[in-house]
Amino acid sequence: MKLREIAHSRTGDKGDTSNISVIAYDKAHYPLLREQVTAERIKALFAGIVDGDVARYELPNIGALNFVMRKALRGGVTRSLALDAHGKGLSSALLDIDLENMTEPKVLP
Amino acid sequence: MRTVRIGSGAGYSGDRIEPAVELCAKGDIQYLGFECLAERTIALAQQERMQDPAAGFDPLLEQRMSAVLKICKSKGIKIITNMGATNPGAAARKTAEIAKRLGIGRLSVAAVIGDDVLDVCKQHNSPLLEIGGRMNDLGNRILSANAYLGAAPIAEALAAGADVVITGRVSDPALFLAPLIREFGWAMDDWDRLGKGTLAGHLLECAGQITGGYFADPGYKDVAGLGRLGFPIGEVSEDGTLLVTKVPGSGGIVTEATCKEQLLYEVHDPACYLQPDVVADFSHVTIEEVGRDSVRVQGGRGAPRTATLKVSVGYIDGYIGEGQISYAGPGALERGRLALNVVRERLSLTGVRTTETRFDVIGFDSLHGTVLPRGREPYEVRIRVVGRSDSMAEAVRIGNEVETLYTNGPAGGGGAWKSAREVVAVASVLLPRELVTPTVQFLEACR
Repeated sequence: MKLREIAHSRTGDKGDTSNISVIAYDKAHYPLLREQVTAERIKALFAGIVDGDVARYELPNIGALNFVMRKALRGGVTRSLALDAHGKGLSSALLDIDLENMTEPKVLP
Repeated sequence: MRTVRIGSGAGYSGDRIEPAVELCAKGDIQYLGFECLAERTIALAQQERMQDPAAGFDPLLEQRMSAVLKICKSKGIKIITNMGATNPGAAARKTAEIAKRLGIGRLSVAAVIGDDVLDVCKQHNSPLLEIGGRMNDLGNRILSANAYLGAAPIAEALAAGADVVITGRVSDPALFLAPLIREFGWAMDDWDRLGKGTLAGHLLECAGQITGGYFADPGYKDVAGLGRLGFPIGEVSEDGTLLVTKVPGSGGIVTEATCKEQLLYEVHDPACYLQPDVVADFSHVTIEEVGRDSVRVQGGRGAPRTATLKVSVGYIDGYIGEGQISYAGPGALERGRLALNVVRERLSLTGVRTTETRFDVIGFDSLHGTVLPRGREPYEVRIRVVGRSDSMAEAVRIGNEVETLYTNGPAGGGGAWKSAREVVAVASVLLPRELVTPTVQFLEACR
């Protein structure tokens, strides 16, 4: 199952740093995000795109993770040669990763 | 408990105008904030001001003010905006002029100045964050240096009776924190309340991004009425509790999910969101839907502010030249790749001097390279060649070499386009806060 089935995401930029939130639609899935969507995995996913460190912050209250990726935007929006200089599209790429041992999403009433 | 309702009328300088008018007409708001100043906008404005001393403020100021001044005055809605960019004084004079033209009797317009710290930064030769080196290494390429001011001078202007407060560089949340300080008398060392007010400002400052804009994903996150998206209203209680909502009947949605996405937008460590007035802590925030398009946000905290203010330094960082052309149908990708190779060869043969180049196939690898998984070959592609040069003359040659593919390149290339531009980049430095002195100037507009 794709991460997109149980979580949504938004990208933000500041200088050469990109942050991507990963938010569970249903907080019951937060432990699964925490277990499978690791900083190491995101660093590997974006190899060749993100040159710096990837840090992960946890927000159990809202069932979300926040990834902060350094050297991710080719110098940042004000000088990058990239078409998507903000890196807005990175969140969509992240939601495409596969999750393991996942049964159908539980929908709360 | 007493509450204040604040509308957010713009999330960036080019934003839609009629949602702000809708907020004034139907939003039952007491304050209207317009956040219009992106990182490098102030450096671009500084270039304009160097050409014309009466210029250097937001190009849409006249349109926005003309659309809302009359209704705001009649309903007692105070306007707070950073549309002053590099010339808040001139922006205030322009606003007073518009008020006069609209026949508004008395309008008190205040300008917050003091964010321009170019001279003091040069004296200090401050270290540049992220890119390394020091301020004066940039030499005569430096255009501007503006400190992020806090909410205090805005609150002071409101307390002195301003109907409109126009600033240059201030922290975006400060535009919304200031009216709370003014209305509730929050102390400037009441860190928890300042943290809660910052949280409210952070959620509101991008306008439509919390009401379902920048959110829709059909089949997963459906949003109705994006064409007439309503902008947000923050109803803040004296204890700092925030209710996010919008005008009933406007497009878009306010849900837990839209608020959560905006909570983390452009945030790094959620426990440590550095602001001029406070170090805000969003890590204990709770978000709860309490009705249709009505979400309660609580749990913001704060810690004492830091000893320094962040300063954005605008500088000229070379020139970028670019060209694009499209290919369609069978073999489009191969012809696009051939076109890129031809341009690569031409740039080398003709000796175009670049310090960095990029060769993209839009529709195939332009956003995320070839590392991530991809589907089948696209029906159409658009190639893009872009390079950085030290002169405009060199930058122009890059787009020219794409355009000449029309008659010299692979079959069926169409829709060629080229551009060349000067690059104004932004770096950051930190400055001891005692070196920055904000002041408020008043301007009275009478009929």
